[in-house]
Amino acid sequence: MKRRDFIKSTAIAAGGLLIPLDKSDASLWDTFFQKYFREMTPEEKKNLAKRLENEYKEKTGVNINIKTNEALPAVKFAYGLDLSRCIGCRRCVYACVTENNLSRNPQVQYITVLEFKNGEKWVSDLEESNKYFDHKEQPEPGHFYMPVQCQQCDNPPCVKVCPTQATWKEPDGIVVVDYNWCIGCRYCMAACPYGARKFNWAEPQVPSDQFNPNTHYLGNRPKFKGHVEKCTFCIQRTRENPGKYPACVEICPVGARKFGNILDPESEISQCIEKKRVFRLKEELNTNPSFYYFFSL
Amino acid sequence: MRFREYAVAIFAVLALCMLPQTAAADQDEPKVTTTKPPLTEGIFPCSNCHASMPPNKEKRDLSFHTEIQLKHGDNWCLNCHDLTNRDMLHRASGELVPFEKLYKVCGQCHGNIYRDWKIGIHGKRVGYWNGEKTYYLCVNCHNPHSPKFKPLPALPVPAKPLEITKVKPSVPVMIEDKKLYIPETGK
Repeated sequence: MKRRDFIKSTAIAAGGLLIPLDKSDASLWDTFFQKYFREMTPEEKKNLAKRLENEYKEKTGVNINIKTNEALPAVKFAYGLDLSRCIGCRRCVYACVTENNLSRNPQVQYITVLEFKNGEKWVSDLEESNKYFDHKEQPEPGHFYMPVQCQQCDNPPCVKVCPTQATWKEPDGIVVVDYNWCIGCRYCMAACPYGARKFNWAEPQVPSDQFNPNTHYLGNRPKFKGHVEKCTFCIQRTRENPGKYPACVEICPVGARKFGNILDPESEISQCIEKKRVFRLKEELNTNPSFYYFFSL
Repeated sequence: MRFREYAVAIFAVLALCMLPQTAAADQDEPKVTTTKPPLTEGIFPCSNCHASMPPNKEKRDLSFHTEIQLKHGDNWCLNCHDLTNRDMLHRASGELVPFEKLYKVCGQCHGNIYRDWKIGIHGKRVGYWNGEKTYYLCVNCHNPHSPKFKPLPALPVPAKPLEITKVKPSVPVMIEDKKLYIPETGK
């Protein structure tokens, strides 16, 4: 045997060994050779969803539905947040955790509520903020609150740095992650100026009786260890006709959260932008967020 | 004969003048579904009790409704409640307003808030962003007798980076008919 042939056959054998043959059913084969989501036909997307549904059922015995529907035409989502009203009660944080099947342990939360002392330097410098504030009742006198989540930038720095193109911006403005394509390098987390992306440091755990069965492939479907996830404006709720408001909007007890189609001049968010003085977080970075903060008072 | 024709003509002109005004008044009202006003159970219709009482418009301390602490405007019931029709509210003009449309009463003083509420900037809406929406009424969030927003209990603090794997098991809590899962607080 020639030296070259020996190396070739050894390499092939080693490669073969990497596929665990004891579990090599069709599902594993499909996982290994899954195509890029954006290049799939609707039929392939459907099969993929079915496979993931079955995998979750095998693991937990619970039936879930994974949707793969595409963006609605002539829709561009935008979000508004009234800082005069927010009381920092964190209901949005846990409405989001519940709706999006976020890991309870290790803890993953998409929304971070920041607390500032009145008159403190902020916006340009969030260093003085406190995200671990602990009061019995909200709001604490002499403080104000600013919840931060994914700003769904129109010029997203996180998308630019992804080496596997596992994250991209959808036509309706939502920046999504394909968890099956993400390799967990966390470049996007370093690139994001808002700290909006979260990493699954260990196997995410959601009790199966608490699992929200209405899921989307690009949203709240079951997730795994070692990949990045983020707010998707509740894609499984909003990308429908008629579509519900995101969970954080629906739970807010002070009505500080506004959501809608920025292309519709009558939508709440368009009206906010037209009638109030809005600002976007860290505008100077040219990320062009779809998330508008404003003061109604 | 002449006088009657004259009177009819004047009446017609007056009626024409009124028309656009009523149309404007209708436009002013949002065409949406709103939530129900949170009336205490068994208290409505108010006329059940008030029918047998002589109306007294004198500003005084009441012997009934003592649980109501008025901290709103110049603190008198009849600013909003009607003296003769107890089941309605009234505007400054004397126009009667049912409880379901009380935003027309609130909007008299809080005009800028009313304007914002109608276009969705102030207040809360639930339902569908591109379909049917339900608006919360003013009184679903603000107690009309003491409208300043009351503090709410805070939900648990997020775990610090080194403690994210030591989170207590998540338990359900009901908030406004919605089930949320929060880490056990042990309180």
